Amino acid sequence: MTVTETAAAGRVDDLTPTLQVEHLEVTHRVRGDDRRALRDVSFQIGRRESYGLVGESGSGKSTVALALTRYLPRNGRVTGGRISINGQDPLAMDAEALRALRARTVSMVYQEPGKALNPSIRVGRQVAEVYEVAGLDRSAAQDKAEAMLRTVQISDPGRVMGLYPHQISGGMAQRVVVAMALAAEPSLLILDEPTTALDATVEAEVLDLVAALREDFATSVLFISHNLAVIAKMCDRVGVLYAGELLEEGPAQQVFEEPRHPYTVGLLRCIPRRGQRKDAGRLDTIPGFLPSPGHTLPGCVFAPRCPIAEQRCREARPPAFDVGPGRRSRCYLHDATSDLPRNTPVEVQLASTRDPAEVVVSLHDLSKTFTHGGESVRALVGVNLSLERGETLGLVGESGSGKTTLARALLGLVAPDEGSDVELDGTALAAEARRRPREQLKALQIVFQNPDSALNRRHTVRHLISRPLSRLAGLSGARLRERLTDLVRSVRLEERHLSLRPSQLSGGLKQRVAIARAFGGGPRIVVCDEPTSALDVSVQAAILNLLADLQAKEQVTYLFISHDLGVVRYLSDRIAVLYLGRVMELGPAETVFAGPHHPYTEALLSAVPSIDGQRADRIRLHGEIPSAADPPSGCVFHTRCPRRLSTGVCETTEPPLAQVAPGHLMSCHIPIDQLTILQRTGQDGD
Amino acid sequence: MTEVVAAPATAVTVVHGRGELPPWRLLLRRPTFIVGAAILLFWVVCAVFGHMIAPQDPLAQQLLATNKAPSGAHWFGTDQLGRDVFSRVIVGARSILIISFFATLLGTVAGTALGLTMGYLGGVVDIVGGRLVEAVLALPLVVVAFLFVVAVGPSPLTIIIVIGLVFTPLIARTVRSAVLVERQQDYLASARLLGENRAYIMFVEVLPNVLPVVLVEFTVRLGYAIFAIASLSFLGFGVQPPTPDWGADIFANYGVLPAGYWWMTLFPALAIASLVIAINLVTDSIEQVLAS
Repeated sequence: MTVTETAAAGRVDDLTPTLQVEHLEVTHRVRGDDRRALRDVSFQIGRRESYGLVGESGSGKSTVALALTRYLPRNGRVTGGRISINGQDPLAMDAEALRALRARTVSMVYQEPGKALNPSIRVGRQVAEVYEVAGLDRSAAQDKAEAMLRTVQISDPGRVMGLYPHQISGGMAQRVVVAMALAAEPSLLILDEPTTALDATVEAEVLDLVAALREDFATSVLFISHNLAVIAKMCDRVGVLYAGELLEEGPAQQVFEEPRHPYTVGLLRCIPRRGQRKDAGRLDTIPGFLPSPGHTLPGCVFAPRCPIAEQRCREARPPAFDVGPGRRSRCYLHDATSDLPRNTPVEVQLASTRDPAEVVVSLHDLSKTFTHGGESVRALVGVNLSLERGETLGLVGESGSGKTTLARALLGLVAPDEGSDVELDGTALAAEARRRPREQLKALQIVFQNPDSALNRRHTVRHLISRPLSRLAGLSGARLRERLTDLVRSVRLEERHLSLRPSQLSGGLKQRVAIARAFGGGPRIVVCDEPTSALDVSVQAAILNLLADLQAKEQVTYLFISHDLGVVRYLSDRIAVLYLGRVMELGPAETVFAGPHHPYTEALLSAVPSIDGQRADRIRLHGEIPSAADPPSGCVFHTRCPRRLSTGVCETTEPPLAQVAPGHLMSCHIPIDQLTILQRTGQDGD
Repeated sequence: MTEVVAAPATAVTVVHGRGELPPWRLLLRRPTFIVGAAILLFWVVCAVFGHMIAPQDPLAQQLLATNKAPSGAHWFGTDQLGRDVFSRVIVGARSILIISFFATLLGTVAGTALGLTMGYLGGVVDIVGGRLVEAVLALPLVVVAFLFVVAVGPSPLTIIIVIGLVFTPLIARTVRSAVLVERQQDYLASARLLGENRAYIMFVEVLPNVLPVVLVEFTVRLGYAIFAIASLSFLGFGVQPPTPDWGADIFANYGVLPAGYWWMTLFPALAIASLVIAINLVTDSIEQVLAS
C-alpha cells in the first residue's frame, strides 16, 4: 500500500504506528540568530496508545506539538528529521492536504479552553461546524453535535448549545473543546496541558473523561504536561524532554518507579511524595539553570547540572542507550542513577523550641461580602481561625472558596464586613493596612503567587529588598547594608543580583527576592499565596526548602495557600479546608490527610493524581463550585456531596463546625464513626 | 557587575530572554528611527543655528528681486517682499519647534499628573476628572485654541499654555488607562503593606511603569502640536510677522498661488510635513521597541 492509497482510504492497518517522529530538529530564528529548539527527538505512538511528554518550561514540549501539525510560529521551521502521521508526512503536504490532516486526522486541545472557543459564536454552532467541515448538512451536524456533547458528559446539551463560551465554566468549556477535538474521530489527539488551568476536582473529571473516550474512539493520544502525576495517570509510555532533547523514554510506570536518567531522578526527588513532611527531611533540588536557547554544548545537555557528570559527558553527546524493553536513556551513566547523590542534604534545621499554645493571630467571625452588580457575594462567612507562633496553617479549597479573600482580609488589603474581628496578640487590627501602625504592618507580610506581578519591574533588587528594611525595620546606613547582606544570603541570592532588575532574573530567583522582601521587616506572620505554583518543579523544591528553613530559624507563622495538596502536606502543621467561604474541616495536617475526613476533603484528595499509583477508593465531585451569590441551603456542600444523608437534614440545616477529635473540627452531619466506616470501605452514602 | 559581563557562563544563567539590549540600542537598529531622527535632528540644528546656516538674512527685503522663482541664487525663490524663502524656512524652524516642544511638555506633565491621580485614587476623583476630560474632548481643538488666543492676545507663551491645556485631558485619559492596568499588580499591595503613602506609590511605584506610555503619548502629541501651531499661525494668531514662521509664511503668500508663485507656499508646507513625518517615524519605532 503506497502512501497516497493510505490517504485516500483513510484507514490504516493496525501495524503502522499513528505517529512516528525521527530525529526531529526545529530551529527558531531570533534576531538573526538561529536557535535550536528541538534536537534529534525521536519517538513513536502506536495505535490506541497514549504517550506522555513531560518537561519543564522551555523544554520544547509545545514545540513538538506545533511541529507535528505545522503550526510553528513564523520564525520557526523544521530543520531536520522526519514526521509521519498514519504514514503521511505533514512536512511534505500542500495546503489542501494539510487542511485535511488538521480537519480529520489530528486534533489538538490546548491549555486555555477560553481561548480555543470563539467568544462571539454559540457553543452549539462551533461544535456543529466540525461536522459541517466533514460534509454533513446543517441539521444533521446539529444533531451530531448534541450527541457529542452528551458523550462528553454535558448533562443538558440542548441548553449548553445555545450558550456563548463566556456563559459556561472553564471545566465545561474544556469538555466542549474535547468534544470538538473528538468529533472528527481523529487518529491522533494532541493534548497540550489540557487541565493546567483547571481546579483539581475539575481536572480529575476531565482526565477521567479523556481516558474513557480514548477507549471508545480508539484514538492515539499525545499528552503534554509539566505535571508528572497527570502523565503517570494518563499515559502508557512517557518521554522526558529537557532543553529540546528527549533524555529518557519508556513505559510510564517503569520510568517513574525506576528512572534511568539523572534528570528524571532529580525531577522525581523534587516533588514531596508519600506524605513527606518538612520535619522529616528537605526535598532534593536540581541546582543551576536550563541552558539558554541556542546553546552549543558539545556534550550532554544536562551535564552542567548533573551531580555525576564525568569528563566524557561534557565532551560528547551520549547516544540513546537501550536500558530495557522499550526503554531508552541518553546517559552514559544510566546504571548509576539508582543511587544518585543528593544535591541538597536531607538534614533539617529544627525549630529550637516551639510553644504551641501561643496564639499570634486570631480571626473571629470573619466575613466579607462583595457587592457586584447589585448582587451580594459572600466570599467569607463567619470564619474563626487562630494561628500559633511558628506553625504553618495550610489553606486549601477550590478556586472561589475564599482562600485569597481570607488572606487579603488578614493583611488589611480588603476590609472585612462589620462585626468581623482580626486580632494580633489580642489587639484588634484596623480593617485597612493604611490605618495600621508600623508595628502591625511589620508583623504581617505576604509572598504572592506571581513574582512578575509582585515585584515592581522598574526597581532594582537592591531597592526592592532595602525598602522594608528602612520602612519597617527602621534601619539606615551601615546597619541597613549589613542586614541587607544577611538577608540576601539567607534567601540564597548573591550580591551581584542586587543591581539587577526583576526581568533579568529567572522565576525562582524572583521568588527569592519576593521572599527576602517579605522577611525584611522581621515579620511574625507571612502569608504564602501559592508561592510555588508559577514555578517549575525543580525550582519549587528549592523554594519550599527555603521557606521551611526560614521558618525554623525565625519562628514565623505561615498561612500557606496552595492548590497542590502534596506541597501543603509537606509544609503544614494544621490544615483548614474552605468551601464557599466556610471552614469545612480544620485539624492537624496528618489527621486531615489520614482521615476520617470531611466528604469535601475526601473529594479533594481523591481528585489529585499520584505518581505512586492509584488510590483504591475514589469519589468524584460533579459540577462546579456553586455561586457564592446564591449558596445552597443547609450544608453548602450538599449539592455536590457524594455522601449526602437521605434524611434530608443536609438540605435544610447547616451543620456546626464541631470538634470530632482533640483539635480536629468538622462541619458535617454524618457522625464521625460512620464517616470512618464509609471511607474505609469506600462506599457511597446511603 | 564587571564580573558578570566578563564571565559569559554566569551571565547566561542570570540574564536570559529578552531585554538583553537596552531599548535605545534596539532603536538604533531600526531604519525608520534613523530616518526620522535624522530629519528631526536637521530641524533642531536649524532651530538652534538657523541664522548662521541661512545663506541670507531672512528679514532682508530686496525690492528689486520680488517673486523670483527658485534659482541658483535663491534655491527656494523669493517672496512678495523679495525675502529669501530658503533662509526663512531654515530660520522658521525655531519658533515652531520651541513652541510645540514646550506646549507638549506642559500638556504631558499636567496630563500625567492628572491621569495618575484619577487612575490611582479612583472613586469621586476619577468620576469628576473623567467628565472634565470628556467635556474637553467634545470640543474641536483648533477652535478652542483660536478663541483663547483671541481672548488673551497672541504670543508664544499664550500658544504654549493653550495647546498644553488642550492636551492635558487627552494625555490624562491615556495615562489613566495605563494606571488602571498597573493597579491590578501585586506590587502595589506590597507597597501598601510597607506603609508607603499615596504620593510615593503614585510617583515612585506606578509612574516608572507608565513612563513608556507617557513617552509615546508625548511624541504623538508633538506631531499634533506642530499642526496646531502651524494652523494658528496660518490663521494669523500664532507667530507675528516679520518673524519667519512656516504657518505665517503660508498665510502671507497663499493669496498669490493662483498667480503661479507656488514656491512661497510649497516649501514652508513641505517643512511642516517633513517635521511631522519625522516625529511620526520616531514615535512608531519607539512604540514598536517598547512593545517587543
